Amino acid sequence: MEYTLFILVLPLAMFLLLGLLDSKLKPRVAGILGTLGMTVCTALAYFTAFQFFTQPRNAEGVIPSQVPYNFEWLRFTEYLHIDLGIYLDPISVMMLVVITTISLMVHIYSLGYMHGEKGFQRYYAFLSLFSMSMLGLVVATNIFQMYIFWELVGVSSYLLIGFYYTKPAAIAASKKAFIVTRFADLGFLIGILILSFFTKTFDFATLTANPSAIITESAGATFLGCSVASWALALIFMGGAGKSAMFPLHIWLPDAMEGPTPVSALIHAATMVVAGVYLVARLFPVYCVTPEVLELITTVGAITALYAAIVACVQTDIKRVLAFSTISQIAFMIVALGVASDTDLHTGLGYMASMFHLFTHAMFKALLFLGAGAIIHAVHSNEMSEMGGLRKYMPITHITFLIACLAIAGIPPFSGFFSKDEILTAVIEKSTFWGIWMTAVAGLTAFYMFRLYFRIFWWKDTDCSHHTPHEAPATMTMPLIFLALVTCVAGFIPFGELVSVNGQPYHIHLNWSVATTSIIVAVCAIALAAWLYLKENNKPTAMANTTRTLHTAAYRRFYIDEIYLFVTHKIIFGLICRPIAWFDRHIIDGTMDMFAHVTQWISARIKGLQSGSIQGYVWILIMGTLLIATLTICCCL
Amino acid sequence: MEIPMIYYIVLSLVMFFAGVYGFITRKNMLMMLISIELMLNAVDINFAVFNRFLFPGQMEGMIFSIFAIAIAAAETAIAIAIIINIYRHIRNIDADNLDDMKY
Repeated sequence: MEYTLFILVLPLAMFLLLGLLDSKLKPRVAGILGTLGMTVCTALAYFTAFQFFTQPRNAEGVIPSQVPYNFEWLRFTEYLHIDLGIYLDPISVMMLVVITTISLMVHIYSLGYMHGEKGFQRYYAFLSLFSMSMLGLVVATNIFQMYIFWELVGVSSYLLIGFYYTKPAAIAASKKAFIVTRFADLGFLIGILILSFFTKTFDFATLTANPSAIITESAGATFLGCSVASWALALIFMGGAGKSAMFPLHIWLPDAMEGPTPVSALIHAATMVVAGVYLVARLFPVYCVTPEVLELITTVGAITALYAAIVACVQTDIKRVLAFSTISQIAFMIVALGVASDTDLHTGLGYMASMFHLFTHAMFKALLFLGAGAIIHAVHSNEMSEMGGLRKYMPITHITFLIACLAIAGIPPFSGFFSKDEILTAVIEKSTFWGIWMTAVAGLTAFYMFRLYFRIFWWKDTDCSHHTPHEAPATMTMPLIFLALVTCVAGFIPFGELVSVNGQPYHIHLNWSVATTSIIVAVCAIALAAWLYLKENNKPTAMANTTRTLHTAAYRRFYIDEIYLFVTHKIIFGLICRPIAWFDRHIIDGTMDMFAHVTQWISARIKGLQSGSIQGYVWILIMGTLLIATLTICCCL
Repeated sequence: MEIPMIYYIVLSLVMFFAGVYGFITRKNMLMMLISIELMLNAVDINFAVFNRFLFPGQMEGMIFSIFAIAIAAAETAIAIAIIINIYRHIRNIDADNLDDMKY
């Protein structure tokens, strides 16, 4: 399966081609070239998936993973070498399919959405760069290759958020995203170094084949009361939490919505932000040897899920609602991983559920974002108050958006129902407390999604004094329809047969008690949303007024950003950086200035010696010679 | 009767310090040049004398003084050329006027 290399090379070539030619190409040509490249890429990924999943299983019923391509890049010691290669196993192949599909949809969609924008070619070049980096991340054979591509997706995300570089908010958002994720990646890097120091390998296959190596090799070494193995894995999870916008490193994702909407769909909803989930899944057997880290992961995920869901309920910018919903849904995946274990298929249900939800969520969340893009394209605003009653003007967007909302709310037979049900089952079996917690969050999810839906498409009937919104062009509606179809059928994919914690086929069966509960909760939440938002009324305002404090706090995202500003500006800048700057300016610079001043003072005193009169020099020369001669003679005598 | 070596050395000493004195006191650059020649010739005499009295069988001292004379001739030519150029610039060959190179 050496051709899988082209899945990476093709977008890279597109990036170089479009990036170097840039404005020499007509925008339309650049867009079509990029889309064609991605189409071929998608076809290759589908073919890979077909070939991979249809190959015969081995004696234990596991689909054998493959390394079709690998070369040694940097060799430090016999054990420690960094390779670049392609590693195919069920989850990486699944990710290949997800990424290429969403990327292709976004490429097509952008032909319409970005039409006439300045820098259209640059946009497509960056999209290709991002696709290449993300694909490289998922097929990484070793943790260091993953880290390299991890940073590359960070860079391309930075470039695409800041695409409208004349807009100050976009610049600030791109910097924020980059700095926050970079900060998290510091933890990731330290974690990688600790892990590889003890296990003497970067290779995923070696690491996961013998996961307890980290425990045995680092036995006895502890730091602040936790074993070094736990620290390494927790730090690696910190990198994942940064990319996946887990609390409290989530602050960059809502701001990242300043980028073009298709970019939000591709990077900040479907692919890059699940990199953290993918990372934990990739190292899952290793995480299983440190249950305390898995508990940390569960707790972080559960808190994030609830936090983001509450905040999403009161935001008014539709893209921010979707951003917080993304954070909440990714937290679902993280929680599912946290409650899983790799002892057998049954306790490993959370792993399968997490990957399943990753797959279905990518599709319907991309659909939601692309739908939001179509709405923004029509209304020229992100604010809910500018919308309302759009169902008559934009029928296709309306239907597809509704399907996605039903899917994310967990209504059968849409894909989200199946994956969310698996997650809830896995969580409840591990811990009832977290089970109830996550079910409540699922209810909140249904509520805020339908709040969004009703506010956009119902609410008021007469609309738009200045112009009538119109349905988006075919390039934009086609991806919507495609993704809506996928959302309708994805739940019936026998996902457990292909991806499971130990590779053996797992037959998904619905746990009807959990499923019924979650459906009832979701339907109640939808009914509540309908009661509040179906027709224009003042119930929401009244509710907001009665819970003024909570509402404002949630609207301001519980002041997390302000806390960050306080910590960075007041504490780090004020108490640490400013004294250091003072020391640098006054002590270090002062010492250097003193040397310079002393030298200058001395030279000013003695410069009269250089009079320019030759005879004076000769006089001094002779006198000096005589003096030295006299002294020499005196000494010799 | 042979003249003793000390006579030659005293002569060369007088010539050398006459040159030094001239170099320091005379302001005219031609005069300074002549003073330099005086010092050079004093040294040449020393070479010849020491060769003649201390190492009679050898010729190095003689060769050296001839060499120094040749060098002195070339050097004088260059010095004169420089002096002429200075004269063309400032219409003057007084050493006191040449203090442009000070601090």
